[in-house]
Amino acid sequence: MSHRLRWRKFVSHFMLTMTGLCAFVAVAVLFFILGYLLYHGGTSVSWNFFTKLPAPVGEVGGGMANAIVGSAKLLILACLLGVPIGFFGAIYLAEFSGGTTAFVVRYAADLLNGVPSIVIGIFAYSLVVLPFKHFSTLAGGFALGLMMIPITLRSTEEFLRAVPRALREGAMALGASKWKTIASVVVPAAYRGILTAVLLSFARVAGETAPLLFTAFGNRFWSSGWSQPTASLPVMIFTYAIAPYDDWHRQAWAAGLVLLGLILIINIVARVILSRGVAVPRT
Amino acid sequence: MERHFERDLNDLKERLLWMGSLAERSVHQAVHSVLDTDEQLASRVLAEEDAINELQIEVDDRVVQLLALHQLMAMDLRFVLAVSRINNDLERIGDQAVNIAQGSLRILRHPRVKPYVDLPRMSEVVEEMVRDALNAVVRRDVELAQKVLASDDQVDNYRDQIFRELLTYMMGDSSVVFPAFELILVAKNLERIGDHATNIAEDVIYIVQGQDVRHPTVDRR
Amino acid sequence: MASVRSAVSVNITPPVATPPSREAQAPLVMRMTASKVNFYYGPKQVLFDVSLNIASNKVTSLIGPSGCGKSTLLRILNRMHETVRTSRVEGEILIDNQNIFAQDVTALRRRVGMVFQRPNPFPKSIFENVAYGLRINGTKGSISDAVEKSLRHSALWDEVKDQLHKSAYDLSGGQQQRLCIARALAVEPEVLLLDEPCSALDPISTAKIEELLVQLKDLCTIAIVTHNMQQAARVSDFTAFLLTGQLIEFNPTAQLFTTPTDARTEAYITGRFG
Repeated sequence: MSHRLRWRKFVSHFMLTMTGLCAFVAVAVLFFILGYLLYHGGTSVSWNFFTKLPAPVGEVGGGMANAIVGSAKLLILACLLGVPIGFFGAIYLAEFSGGTTAFVVRYAADLLNGVPSIVIGIFAYSLVVLPFKHFSTLAGGFALGLMMIPITLRSTEEFLRAVPRALREGAMALGASKWKTIASVVVPAAYRGILTAVLLSFARVAGETAPLLFTAFGNRFWSSGWSQPTASLPVMIFTYAIAPYDDWHRQAWAAGLVLLGLILIINIVARVILSRGVAVPRT
Repeated sequence: MERHFERDLNDLKERLLWMGSLAERSVHQAVHSVLDTDEQLASRVLAEEDAINELQIEVDDRVVQLLALHQLMAMDLRFVLAVSRINNDLERIGDQAVNIAQGSLRILRHPRVKPYVDLPRMSEVVEEMVRDALNAVVRRDVELAQKVLASDDQVDNYRDQIFRELLTYMMGDSSVVFPAFELILVAKNLERIGDHATNIAEDVIYIVQGQDVRHPTVDRR
Repeated sequence: MASVRSAVSVNITPPVATPPSREAQAPLVMRMTASKVNFYYGPKQVLFDVSLNIASNKVTSLIGPSGCGKSTLLRILNRMHETVRTSRVEGEILIDNQNIFAQDVTALRRRVGMVFQRPNPFPKSIFENVAYGLRINGTKGSISDAVEKSLRHSALWDEVKDQLHKSAYDLSGGQQQRLCIARALAVEPEVLLLDEPCSALDPISTAKIEELLVQLKDLCTIAIVTHNMQQAARVSDFTAFLLTGQLIEFNPTAQLFTTPTDARTEAYITGRFG
């Protein structure tokens, strides 16, 4: 075997090993984090965790019931804002707009997606918190909703575009108006993708912390209604993790585990839905 | 699955068979106008000639259309090609019947040369050949077609016999030359009709078996 | 022997008793007419002064080499060209003597249906596919009866009657195309346009659909674009030959394929070009 050939083979094997290693590291990190969370917080995930309010400072015990409910409320608000705007905006982009408008809207959405979450937080602060003169669930939901818009919009648009043109033509040739075609053929054909898009954007904002820091702020007790500040899982993790109490540390781990678990489950469900096939005819 | 061109094929077949029946009738009437010295029958044959010729044009038209519009294969293709040939043979049969009828009109001006013995027998055989050939087309019956082919020799013999007989009559009595000669021509016409019936029978074998049985002496390889 | 034979009546029965009937030709009614149609995609002209008639209850076919404009012309007939922004039509097109551009486009498309090159059933059940047109038009009366009628007309009923609620995508290509035909027929259009309906199908499915079209003539008027001129010869009553956007010849099919009047038509149908 010639020298050059030996060198080539060495390089080939080396690169294979290196790329394999990097891939392994990427996967390993996820499992490492998961493992870490399980180890540190696994024992604290108990019935109390889900049902009790936080205990007074210094005392052991208590749970994060209000944070869980708070997160839920925030996310409901976020969906109410983000999903309709994203969905209908995507319909506009995919079905109605011409070249220039579409380009502008898409670019704007991408930029919005890139805005740091804390900046969104400031925006929501000045728009919702300042006028009302207090922190609120509304403000937090608003901030999260804004973040949901671009993700929902772009993903939904992609799935709507993936619906074959032939289906639209088929409906229109039967005398369906443009809107009827969209509502009765295009959207049903893309529903799996749209559902996936919503779920994934939901999972993305579920863990956002920065914008909540000065919109929903936090609450050691139940928050009633929508205009009170509220606790949320990510903020609780932040608060507990930097506190000096061991018990709180453990609870922070547990919260992290719950949050990560939630996001993982949503991701898996989304993939399963999508894997059942986007609707295309067999030929 | 019934294809819509089958309707057109059936139409073609019907038209051909109608033409065949007209030709058959012409032959029968023409022959009997001679045998029975019936002037009316002869005139009828002459009057019905146009109908046969019109049908020939119509059948050919339909053949061209069928071939152009439908990509016929196998037996359908052979059938349509054979129809084109049978068409011609039937028209020729009609022509021969007209010739016989015209001859008949000339003969009846003269007294009968002799009692007709062979002529009726020959005409029976020929009429049967025509009828069998047409039936063979309808039923796609190869055996019937073979029977027609086998009768050809018999018809040839009759013609030769009539020819020899009438020749002796002509040599014996010069006044009968004219009618006798016409009778020879009638026999010739009948023999030609037999040939055309044979052609039709050969076409039937071609349709059914795909075999071209014309000119058995030709070396096929 | 001879005397017995001569006594036989001359009215012998021929093999065929009666002369074959000649079909009476009903006078032609023109369902749609196009007059001096010019068509542009932006600055590019695609159709030049095309005028032809679509006769009622007959099959009219449009043939020609690729890019000759036959599909474009077909799509104008139900205004599907309007889905492309830069398209522009000049000239007059009438259906039952009414200008197609003066009507509501969705109303026009109910009267003039279309079946496309590749089968495009909706991702719904077989039943819902056929019922779609009926539902969006708010049809009164029994939808399931109308669906059955449509499926029978498109020769699909027997194959799917027990599986109406299965997905349309479980059907074979040929069945899907017949489903699309049923879907189009459900709204009882006056005219059915078919754009190369068999080009994506195998020969047996193609033959079934060709037979179907010949039967559907009684129900509605049919216009079909095909790149397979043998198909046009088999199926249509009238044929239009187009070449680079111009109508070269428009004649009864039997005439066009046996004695075409234009040399270019002859060159095309004899396979000398295109």
